[in-house]
Amino acid sequence: MKMTGAEVIIKALEREGVEVIFGYPGGAVIPLYDKLYDSSIKHVLVRHEQAAAHAADGYARATGKTGVVIATSGPGATNLVTGIANACMDSIPMVIFTGQVALSAIGRDSFQEADITGITLPIVKHSFLVRDANKLASIVKAAFHLAGTGRRGPVLIDLPKDIQTAEAEFDYPEQISFRGYRLPAEPSAAQIYQAVKTIGLSRRPVIYAGGGVIASGAAKELKEFAEKTQIPVTTTLMGKGAIPEDHPLSLGMVGMHGTYYANFAVSHSDLLIAVGARFDDRVTGRLDTFATQAKVIHIDIDAAELGKNVRPHHVLNGDAKQVLQELLSRVEIPQTKEWLEQIAVWKKEHPLSYCQDGDKIKPQYVIEQLRKLAGEDAIVTTEVGQNQMWAAQYYKVSKPGTFISSGGLGTMGFGLPAAVGAQIGRPDDLVICISGDGSFQMNMQELATIVQQQLPIKVIILNNGYLGMVRQWQELFHNKRYSQTELIPVPDFVKLADAYGIAGYRVKRPEEVVPALEQAINHPGAVIVDVVIDREENVYPMVPAGGTLTKMIGV
Amino acid sequence: MRHILAVLVENQPGVLTRVAGLFSRRGYNIESLAVGQTHDPEISRMTIVVDGDDRVIEQVVKQLEKLVDVINVRDISEAEHVDRELVLIKVKAEPKVRGEIMQIVDIFRARIVDIGHNSLIIECTGDEGKIKAIEKSLRPFGILELVRTGKIAMVRGPKYEEE
Repeated sequence: MKMTGAEVIIKALEREGVEVIFGYPGGAVIPLYDKLYDSSIKHVLVRHEQAAAHAADGYARATGKTGVVIATSGPGATNLVTGIANACMDSIPMVIFTGQVALSAIGRDSFQEADITGITLPIVKHSFLVRDANKLASIVKAAFHLAGTGRRGPVLIDLPKDIQTAEAEFDYPEQISFRGYRLPAEPSAAQIYQAVKTIGLSRRPVIYAGGGVIASGAAKELKEFAEKTQIPVTTTLMGKGAIPEDHPLSLGMVGMHGTYYANFAVSHSDLLIAVGARFDDRVTGRLDTFATQAKVIHIDIDAAELGKNVRPHHVLNGDAKQVLQELLSRVEIPQTKEWLEQIAVWKKEHPLSYCQDGDKIKPQYVIEQLRKLAGEDAIVTTEVGQNQMWAAQYYKVSKPGTFISSGGLGTMGFGLPAAVGAQIGRPDDLVICISGDGSFQMNMQELATIVQQQLPIKVIILNNGYLGMVRQWQELFHNKRYSQTELIPVPDFVKLADAYGIAGYRVKRPEEVVPALEQAINHPGAVIVDVVIDREENVYPMVPAGGTLTKMIGV
Repeated sequence: MRHILAVLVENQPGVLTRVAGLFSRRGYNIESLAVGQTHDPEISRMTIVVDGDDRVIEQVVKQLEKLVDVINVRDISEAEHVDRELVLIKVKAEPKVRGEIMQIVDIFRARIVDIGHNSLIIECTGDEGKIKAIEKSLRPFGILELVRTGKIAMVRGPKYEEE
């Protein structure tokens, strides 16, 4: 059947079951938007392309589906770069369509031309520059296949304007394969056997769970495995939700701002079972002092992660869910009673702690109260910096996919648009964005999107008038020389809310925190709660960058 | 240690950039890279010489294998293999020294492919040692220009592993 390239794309998206696109029109994608006008696919109009990518990212994390983005050529495309890099670092499935100048105009520095396939080369799983409209259907199919399988990630399709208007055949392939793209075979029985033996013989084992557990939908298996073997579980930031954090075997987060007991458990372990985690520097600290007594079993879908940072004794290359099921079917139970007793002592002696007294509001208190009021089904997105780390420490996540945060790239400005995507994907769930005053200002233009889409997102700004995490480092490591980290003046966020026609409350005293949060959660629409917090509160415990996990400040 | 990687890739625009970009952004050093179409016009073969310890090479291979356009990567350094480079050397050659130069060309089983007024272009293929040796031998006459290809390599014997 003959149609235009733009129609082919929309038809292909419909065939892929795409329900929503996040985007922003521009000259080079007008033909595509023209065909979208007739489609049943919902389009969420953002106010900056970066937000389209983050919203698609938040959507993907909240739903498990692939996020879809459209932007125009040139500045539209380059505005996406941070969002694409963010998705790539956190292995989030995303298909991005960028407009491009006409084929004949490419390479001439034409108006709004940017070599976006070149610019994004290091931050995509794969990319296509479409040169033949007849290949469009198979390219779209390929993009979804690549984005959503294996170690997931963003795939970009660059669409010259004349390709969108060219006549093309719509022949949508049922399946697509590449000679150079193979998913890992399941680990062999021998590999599983050896891992099981090692687990059975361990006495101080720790499970270290990352975003791969969430991505593969393996949280149930992980919990079952931990319970059956009585092995405690620590998670990365991306792995929050891999096990309910109020579970007796949960140690909370490990690493730079991990709990004392998680860092001590990992450091004293004799076996580390890494599941869908990549031994990031924010987790390991100094590599040569990291878990020195531990054997390592590394389970990951990406073979290139196995041995990249830490040499594992056993590698199990495969999908976390499948591998955990295999391990569960033959597991040998280690004796961990004494080990769990030791960990209980660490937990008791060094819990996460803060002191809410006086008239200054402690951010940790806000997060704890928020968690109590929000319930376990609420979805929380965070910005980046102190707000993110306080959320990671004090917002106890019960279910996978309910904690959405920029892990690898650490993108300020991620949380608000990610909340847009999450709320679009899960319209019936409570969606909360935990923010700082700095991060919020990086993408606050998205309040317009929130209003336009009538999204009842609750934005909680932990307002200290600082670029707080950098200020904390300056305090601790640069002699309190607060170079360019005071973000004064902070705009009046309540008035800003009013300008957008949404509710806004300011909270200045500790006793106002709970009523304000309750009011926000019960409010039917979007709300900004501007919580003026203790300005110089720090995130503790803290392992200085490149330090040893057991040498924490602030415990 | 230096490793020779035989990399089969889709013969498509942008593949070389993807491979070269991977090396630079992950901090691996390419010592030489040669690329050309194979007997199957849809497939190109790259020969990449890279320096690094076993861990680095393992990462290089795994990262290359992650590229969708990369079909297959083999480290053939340990296997019995033939490797060749090609060099073109334009050397100063006044009539009185031409005889001497031609003797050197003979010894290296190289060829003279162009004769100019006071210069010769010499073509030589061989392994790296031979290429270095002929360059050294010709240097006293005055090398005017030199261009060489990257190394290409193939495993000896009947085995072929293109898929």
